[in-house]
Amino acid sequence: MEIAQTEDRTKLNGIIARYHGDKSSLIAILQDIQQVYNYLPLEILKMLSQEMKLPLMRVYEVATFYNAFSLKPRGKHIAKLCVGTACHVRGAAGILDKLERTLGIKPGETSSDREFTLETVNCVGACALGPVLVMDGEYHGQVTMATVDKVIGTLKKGAHIS
Amino acid sequence: MKKIANAAALRQLQQELKANWDPKKPVVTICAGTGCRGYGCISVKEALEEEIKKQKLAVDVRATGCFGFCEKGPLVIIHPQNIFYQQVKVKDVADIVAKTVAGGEVIEKLLYRDPATGERIQREADVPFYKKQMRLIFGSNGMIDPTRIEDYLSLGGYSALAKVLTDMTPEQVIKEVKDAGLRGRGGGGFPTGVKWESCREAHGSPKYVIGNGDEGDPGAYMDRSLMEGNPHSVIEGMIVGAYAIGAEQGFIYVRNEYPLAVMHLTMAIERAREAGLLGKNILGTSFSFDISVNRGGGAFVCGESSALFASIEGKAGEARAKYIHAVEKGLWDNPTVLNNVESWANVPLIINKGAKWYGSIGTAKSKGTKIFSLVGKINNTGLVEVPMGMPLREIIYDMGGGIPKGRKFKAVQTGGPSGGCLPESLLDLPVDFDKLAEVGSMMGSGGMIVMDDRSCMVDVAKYFLAFLQDESCGKCVPCREGVRRMRGILEDICGGNGQEGDVELLETMSKAIIDGSLCALGGSAPNPVLSTIRYFRDEYDAHIKEKRCPAGVCKALITYSINAEKCTACGLCAKVCPTKAAHGEKKQPHVIDEATCTRCGACIESCKFEAINVQ
Repeated sequence: MEIAQTEDRTKLNGIIARYHGDKSSLIAILQDIQQVYNYLPLEILKMLSQEMKLPLMRVYEVATFYNAFSLKPRGKHIAKLCVGTACHVRGAAGILDKLERTLGIKPGETSSDREFTLETVNCVGACALGPVLVMDGEYHGQVTMATVDKVIGTLKKGAHIS
Repeated sequence: MKKIANAAALRQLQQELKANWDPKKPVVTICAGTGCRGYGCISVKEALEEEIKKQKLAVDVRATGCFGFCEKGPLVIIHPQNIFYQQVKVKDVADIVAKTVAGGEVIEKLLYRDPATGERIQREADVPFYKKQMRLIFGSNGMIDPTRIEDYLSLGGYSALAKVLTDMTPEQVIKEVKDAGLRGRGGGGFPTGVKWESCREAHGSPKYVIGNGDEGDPGAYMDRSLMEGNPHSVIEGMIVGAYAIGAEQGFIYVRNEYPLAVMHLTMAIERAREAGLLGKNILGTSFSFDISVNRGGGAFVCGESSALFASIEGKAGEARAKYIHAVEKGLWDNPTVLNNVESWANVPLIINKGAKWYGSIGTAKSKGTKIFSLVGKINNTGLVEVPMGMPLREIIYDMGGGIPKGRKFKAVQTGGPSGGCLPESLLDLPVDFDKLAEVGSMMGSGGMIVMDDRSCMVDVAKYFLAFLQDESCGKCVPCREGVRRMRGILEDICGGNGQEGDVELLETMSKAIIDGSLCALGGSAPNPVLSTIRYFRDEYDAHIKEKRCPAGVCKALITYSINAEKCTACGLCAKVCPTKAAHGEKKQPHVIDEATCTRCGACIESCKFEAINVQ
C-alpha cells in the first residue's frame, strides 16, 4: 500500500512539475491525472491539495465544475455520444436510447463489469457526420442502431476472448 | 527551422520556399480534417503513400486541413491537373495511382456528380458547393500541411507580421482594423478595432491577448477546422494584435474535445518560436511576445469572456458582472483583448490587403466573409465561407443542395443555444450580424442547422433548454432556476400535459431570465424558445390543444402503426423491436402493439419498405 502511495506521489509530482507547480494550471494538471487513472481518485486529489498547497475545496470545485472530469472510475471502453444540435435533429436521442438498452446503463454510468462507460457530449465538432459516436477516441459517423450493435458487439466479443 | 533574423530574411525565405513549390510538380493532397478522418482518410493516405512507393513514382502525398465538403469525404485532389475525387476508399487507391497519378487519366466514378444535371465535375472549384464561396480565410486549408510552417510561409505567411513590425505603428494597425470594419466572429459582433483601441489605452500591465477557440455552440465546427487546418493564420493574427495593444503574453483557449487542434496549435507555436516569429525580439525587433495553449474542461460557459478568464486562471468558469470591461480588467484583472480564432485569422488578411479592400466585401455594417457550418437535414453538409450578406436561400439551396429525400424545409437554426430558428419565409434574408438579430436570432459562431418537416420545433426548444440547464454555471438564480423551470414546462408540453397559458408563461419567464442574468448565456438562453414561439406558434398549439406532434417526434403524442399494403412480412421489425411490440405471423402483414411500443424507432430504421407510419 505504502509503495503504491509513493509511486502515486512520484507520478503526481511529475505532473505538477510539468506545469512548474503553477496554481493556474490546475485544470491541465487534473486533465493529466485523469489521463493516468482514467478518473480523478479522491486520494490523489487529497495529495494534490497538499503538494500544491491548495485547499481541497478548490480542487473539488474545479473537478466537479467541468464536464471533462469524472470522480468515479470509468470503464475500459468509453462510449461518447454527441448530442449536439446537428446530431439531435438527425436522431441522436434514439441512438442514446439504443446505447442505454444495449449497455444497460444511463449516461454518466459505468457497467458493473467495468467494461463500458456511457457519456454524452454537447458537441464533438464533427457535425457533418451526425449522429456521431466516439468510441474510445475513434469517430463513427452517421450512426444507426445497427452501428451501435456492431461497434459494441465487436468490443464485447474482444473482451470475451481476452 | 533556423531563426529568421529580420523582415528581409523572412521575405527571402518565403521566396525560396515558393520557388521550391513547383506548381507543375505532381502532388496528391488529401483532406485530413475531422470529418474525413471519421470516414477513414488516414488509411486512404497510408494506402496512397504505399502504392506510390510501390509504383516508384516521385509524387508527394500531403495531408492537409479541412477542404470543407465533409459530406463527400474522404476528399483527394490530384495536382497539377486539379482532379477532385470524393468518397475515396482504400480500394480505389490502386486505380487512382495507376490511372490518374501515373497516367493523367480521370476516373469518372470518383468525380462529384451534380444531382441537378447528372454531370460529373472534375475541378473542385466547379462543384456547386464551392462555386459561390469566397474562401479568403479557409482557402489555404486545402493546400498546406498544418504541421509544416514552411507551407504557410511559402504562401506568404507572416508577411502581415513583418509589415506591422517594420512599417506600421501600433496606432496605425488599430486604425487599419477599425477602418476595415472587422467585427467579432465569435457571436457578439463587437468591432474588433474598437476593442483593441480601448485595451491599448487602458491602464495596467501586463496586457494580454487571447484566442477564443472554445467553440461550444453545438452544430458549429469552423473554428476547429481552422485551428486544425491553418493554425499559423490564427497565431499570426494574434501576434499582430499583441503588437497593436502592447501585450507580451497570449493564450489560446481550446475545447477539451478538440485534441487535434491542441496538437496542431502547440506544434505551430513551437515552430514559430524556433523561427523567431514568437518569443524574444521577434524578427530582430524590440517586440517580444509568446503564446501558450490552454485546454478547456468541457464547459460551454467558458466561451463567455469572463468565464474563460476564470478558467485560464485555473478556477471554475463562472461569469461575472459586465460593467467591468475585459479590455480594462480581464485576465488576472489586467487589460485583455479576447477575440475568436476566426477573427484573429482575418487580421493578417486585413493588414496584407488593406482596410479598403476588406471593406469592399460584405454589407454596410458587416464586412468580410464568414465561415458557416452547414449541417443537419441538408444534402451537402460541410463548411462554407461566403461574403457577409449572402441570402440564406443561396447558402442552403445553391451550396447546401437543399433538403435530403425530397422533404420540405422547415427551419434553419443559427447562433447556437443563444440564437433562434428561422422559418421558410425568411430564406431571402441576407445573412449578417444585424439582419439576423433583427429577426430574433444571431450570427453566433456560424452554425447553421437545417431542419425539415420531421423536426419538431417544440422539441428543438426543449433540447436547447436542456443543453443550457446543463451548461448554466449556476451563479445567477434567474438562469439557474428559470431555465430549469422553462424546460419543465416544455417537457410537459411535449409529454402531452401542456396547458392553455403555457406559452404566455414561457414568454414572461423569458423576459425575467434575460433581464436577470449577468452573462450572455443567461441573457440569450430564452432565444430558442422565443423564436420558435414567434415563428412556429401553430406547433405549440397543436401540442397543447390537440395533444398532437405534427412532426411525429414527441413520443407521448405519437403512435406507430404498420401499413399493411407496404409490409412484406420480412420480419425485420419484429427482430429489432426491444419490447416485442412489433410482431406478426409468417407471410402476414405485421402489426405493432400500441400498449407495449416505446416509439424507439428501431423498426423504422430496419424497415426497407417504409411501411411504418408515425402519427
